[in-house]
Amino acid sequence: MDLLRFITAGSVDDGKSTLIGRLLYDSKNILVDQLEALEKQTKNKDAGPIDLALLTDGLRAEREQGITIDVAYRYFSTPKRKFIIADAPGHVQYTRNMITGASNANLIIILVDARQGVVEQTRRHSIIASLLKIPHVVVAVNKMDLVEYSQDIYNNILIDYAEVARQLGLKDVTYIPISALNGDNIVDKSVSIPWYDGKPLLEMLEEVETDQDINLEDPRFQVQLVIRPQTSDLHDYRGYAGKVISGIYRKGDKVAVLPSGIETEISKLEVSGVEAEEVFAPQSVTIHLKDDIDISRGDSIVSVNNQPRVANELDVVLCWLDEKPLQPGNKYYLQHNSRLVRAVVRNVEYKLDVNTLQQLPVDSGVKLNEVVKATIKVASPLVYDPYSSIQGTGSAILIDETSNNTVAALLLQ
Amino acid sequence: MSKHHLDYLEQLEAESIFIFREIAAQFEKPALLFSGGKDSITLVHLARKAFAPGKIPFPLVHIDTGHNFPEALAFRDQLAAEVNANLVVRKVEDTIRERKLTEQKGKFASRNWLQTYTLLDTIEEFGFDACIGGARRDEEKARAKERIFSVRDEFGQWNPKLQRPELWNLYNGRIHKGENVRVFPISNWTELDIWNYIRKEKIELPSIYFAHDREVLVHEGQLIAISEFIQIEDTDTVVNKTVRYRTVGDMTCTAAVESSASTLDDVINEITAARISERGETRIDDRVTEAAMEDRKKNGYF
Repeated sequence: MDLLRFITAGSVDDGKSTLIGRLLYDSKNILVDQLEALEKQTKNKDAGPIDLALLTDGLRAEREQGITIDVAYRYFSTPKRKFIIADAPGHVQYTRNMITGASNANLIIILVDARQGVVEQTRRHSIIASLLKIPHVVVAVNKMDLVEYSQDIYNNILIDYAEVARQLGLKDVTYIPISALNGDNIVDKSVSIPWYDGKPLLEMLEEVETDQDINLEDPRFQVQLVIRPQTSDLHDYRGYAGKVISGIYRKGDKVAVLPSGIETEISKLEVSGVEAEEVFAPQSVTIHLKDDIDISRGDSIVSVNNQPRVANELDVVLCWLDEKPLQPGNKYYLQHNSRLVRAVVRNVEYKLDVNTLQQLPVDSGVKLNEVVKATIKVASPLVYDPYSSIQGTGSAILIDETSNNTVAALLLQ
Repeated sequence: MSKHHLDYLEQLEAESIFIFREIAAQFEKPALLFSGGKDSITLVHLARKAFAPGKIPFPLVHIDTGHNFPEALAFRDQLAAEVNANLVVRKVEDTIRERKLTEQKGKFASRNWLQTYTLLDTIEEFGFDACIGGARRDEEKARAKERIFSVRDEFGQWNPKLQRPELWNLYNGRIHKGENVRVFPISNWTELDIWNYIRKEKIELPSIYFAHDREVLVHEGQLIAISEFIQIEDTDTVVNKTVRYRTVGDMTCTAAVESSASTLDDVINEITAARISERGETRIDDRVTEAAMEDRKKNGYF
């Protein structure tokens, strides 16, 4: 059994909460007491005996306002897979939440209302999916019941979306006609949509191939902490603990420590204190090196034959996440895995309209939910790869050094 | 399937170990809040793996309400000794006396609210800047939105509207003086994941998780262990039943379930078939209001 993390994108009006509720309900992942609580709360009797959307409205503040304010995580499993759903609100102002939810997703379900077709919001969600390189996209055309399960309407939406996918270079796109409210094509194939010959949604989620999503080609590892017990029996023990971000490491591999550039060899590998001949992404491991080198948290250990970039000036796509606008010239902390360096945003080239992909001039600073192209200067060199080739070494955040808040998501170019 | 493939439990384990190592590296004085339940026992197991062959680089802290199951306390001491961890125990009893707090009255008077005082005092006493807890997001609606690194103000309060965005696996643990962070390394695990992992790793648990005979009071359909901490009246129904616990909290607010599951396999089969969530079934304290957990979290509870 493996794990699939996905995000659902759409607004309340698209039936997103109902879809998630339906997946949990029909796959029998909602328990009796949760159902009873739902029945108590269900006020919208049009939604059936229970309003599945209520399942995902977590906080009282949200229930009072009838909106979702933050990313919530849901869990369900079938005999084939465990699923983690990042449930992110889809309104205009919530690009920040969508990026947060999408950052760990293997797959995105983009909900399209069959009555509306491809709209601005569909484009925005797709642009974010392409920016964050989510490997698999499922376009779920919802509310088919409200368009009399019309194949023509569905086909027209497909044609429109194919154009969006082409512009954005989205590769693995699957389409499915559903009605979350009625359960059409969610767990079982819908009898109302006989012309659809694909799989129902749950089966699709169970079977989407994710092995290729993990990069096993380029060995990347960053030291989280140095394990030095310094007890009498472990006097000389010195292990570099961290996560294999990508690739495979083997005992005896010739490696370089970056940014210093010193070369050495892997003398021992451990997983949870047990020796291993090889380790691979995304394992948490401990690496031992043949030579005694000064290595600390944030240093990278990579193959001598396959090295990342090392630079002080970085081109980035930056999404601003804070209420307080970006102050050009202010210093921030940049966190790149376990490496924390001081950084300053040098130059903001243009703003990206997340609805149209248009490049707009930056006239009035960078505000919450805005995506810009910028250059960043860091105080000591960063060891990284472009986000498009290795997500784990191509992503970073900015932290405001006065508020300590996470204020920006960075995709290194 | 390639041999370079992790199944879901291995993926969850790798993620939790990563989080533990971030805690050790980012904070000066972390502490693992140990309740004696299966989730915190799993945390200890993961922490051992994260820092092997070294010892766990922070203490286990137990906020003792005085209403614990004796089996859980014995197990706590044994586990702490086995992993060679520094165990800190602070008693709610002492806080009540020193701070002249008023205890809840009534049939199942609980100290659940009061333990927040002891916890905050303990954090201050030791200057803990990160408290590691075993909460899972599948437990309850309010938890579903909490971050893995969750910043609390100096009153221990959680503000759901001011959470930091948590992207990729970048955990921002930077805080101001007086603040601390609650960290939840098993956020992404479900109850069943925990049980499957316990079986896979052969993790030992206190005996009360398995079927045993016990005198219980039947109250509104729930089975409450007979103990000196609850009031028993003549009209109460007290019976002997074969039961086990799905969660281990205080004797006053944790209910048993009727069960003959005496092995891990039995327990897992039972949970797979169960149609009621563990909190709904066995936590009396959550039944009070829909938003009970949200309120308690805002007040510095886990």
